[in-house]
Amino acid sequence: MFNSTEVIETIDMIEKEHLDIRTVTMGISLLPCVRESAEQTAQAVYERVVRSAERLVPTVGQLSREYGIPIVNKRVSVTPVSLVTAAFPEQSPLVARALDRAADALGIDFLGGYSALVHKATADYEQKFLATIPEALAVTQKLCASVNVGSSRSGINMDAVRQMGGIVKQTAESTQGGMGCARLVAFCNAVEDNPFMAGAFHGVGEADRVINVGVSGPGVVQHALSFAPEADLTEAAEIIKRTAFKITRAGQLVAKEAARRLGVPFGVVDLSLAPTPARGDSVAHILEELGLEVVGGHGTTAALAMLNDAVKKGGVMASSRVGGLSGAFIPVSEDIGMIEAAERGAVTIDKLEAMTCVCSVGLDMIALPGDTPASTISAILADEAAIGMVNNKTTAVRVIPAPGKKVGDTVDFGGLLGRAPVMPVHCGSAEKFISRGGILPAPIHSFKN
Amino acid sequence: MKAVVTVTGTDRKGIIAQVSAFLSEKNINILDISQTIMRDRFAMIMVVDASECTEDLASLASSAAEMGKDIGMSVRVQHEDIFQAMHRV
Repeated sequence: MFNSTEVIETIDMIEKEHLDIRTVTMGISLLPCVRESAEQTAQAVYERVVRSAERLVPTVGQLSREYGIPIVNKRVSVTPVSLVTAAFPEQSPLVARALDRAADALGIDFLGGYSALVHKATADYEQKFLATIPEALAVTQKLCASVNVGSSRSGINMDAVRQMGGIVKQTAESTQGGMGCARLVAFCNAVEDNPFMAGAFHGVGEADRVINVGVSGPGVVQHALSFAPEADLTEAAEIIKRTAFKITRAGQLVAKEAARRLGVPFGVVDLSLAPTPARGDSVAHILEELGLEVVGGHGTTAALAMLNDAVKKGGVMASSRVGGLSGAFIPVSEDIGMIEAAERGAVTIDKLEAMTCVCSVGLDMIALPGDTPASTISAILADEAAIGMVNNKTTAVRVIPAPGKKVGDTVDFGGLLGRAPVMPVHCGSAEKFISRGGILPAPIHSFKN
Repeated sequence: MKAVVTVTGTDRKGIIAQVSAFLSEKNINILDISQTIMRDRFAMIMVVDASECTEDLASLASSAAEMGKDIGMSVRVQHEDIFQAMHRV
């Protein structure tokens, strides 16, 4: 049986420290939906998604009540749509609308997979597909788009990087307050089983359907560390590992049970510390608990490296299969500690870039001045992709060049997306560098065969 | 199927009697019970057998929470697996 301390610890984690399961995401292959016309394909996509995931929301709700643990998001990821609409890429927004309708019908929070994988080259149909992204995001509410522009094996497709700068700008201009950019992410080394948005898609190497789960719990880690203010960093890492183990075990339980009840294979648990704008649910505050006066100062990268590693080591034994992005997330607008540090000017885009070298993703939910040139956004993406490519890790860029906003303004995204002060970017132009295009070659250490 | 019932709040007379009566009404058998003062609050933890319960666990959890409000305590019913998962390797 359990002792009182264990039971109360779990309940406190849930009720006081914001422990939750961040997402149960069902991956669905859309490859069987390809038809002769875009209209027929869109209809087939709608029917398949709705049929495949019809029990997702009620089943997850039931699990949440039985275990007494919040499960915050219910999501669906699909095969990159560029593959499904390859025969009629210009009409891809028809499929975008169908997916958004399906998301509404299912009552899910987000649906990801309006995506293209162009890390080695952009095929003609992909070129046309990419051009539809701003429109697709403008006519939908829940659909998320992602583009993989590089990999450690293939290098960085700088033509796609150049194009993405323009796509981000167009998306900002064609959606209210630039909000569409919160549903658009560019990756290097994108993973096929990521349950988190905006970057989730269902890879072609995946099963017909799959259940992937993303865990959370930065507040739990911070709370555990608060009991050991004098611990050295070896002991602090152990505390994080033990806490990550418990968090991940809860995720594993929910993942296995959701998969069993839905009759869908269990995929992976994504061992992530995903913050929210709520106080007590912040990755930045963990770093501050470790002894930094404010996140963004010197020492932040080292502290984050330790945190990220300990989360993985603690989580990996707790789950039979891990995957996705796995690590600590550092979105600016979705983390109260990060928001406050950014408002004080303590955390800058340069420091965030350094932090992405050692954590699980990249420059995330950062508001930029509305007049930031497309080539500067491309250059930010190129820098980030280079970090991912050289370090064999996933990196991503999700920035919002908020129309009409300048440094000192704040962009309010609402809800779990939070708010972000507009951050300055460097003014030196990268126009000529970006306009060169081509492939930025893969590093020599990528040749491992 | 076993569940863990947790009752927390300010200590007073009759809590165990009220919670036990509720569980009995739902045809739930109490297997283990412990009561303590943890971090300055009353905490009672019961392990129960809910396999012959008159309602499913999710709705039992909701009615237990409602009953808790009536008696001024926080009452939770959770499947034991969440505790097994987090505290047993």
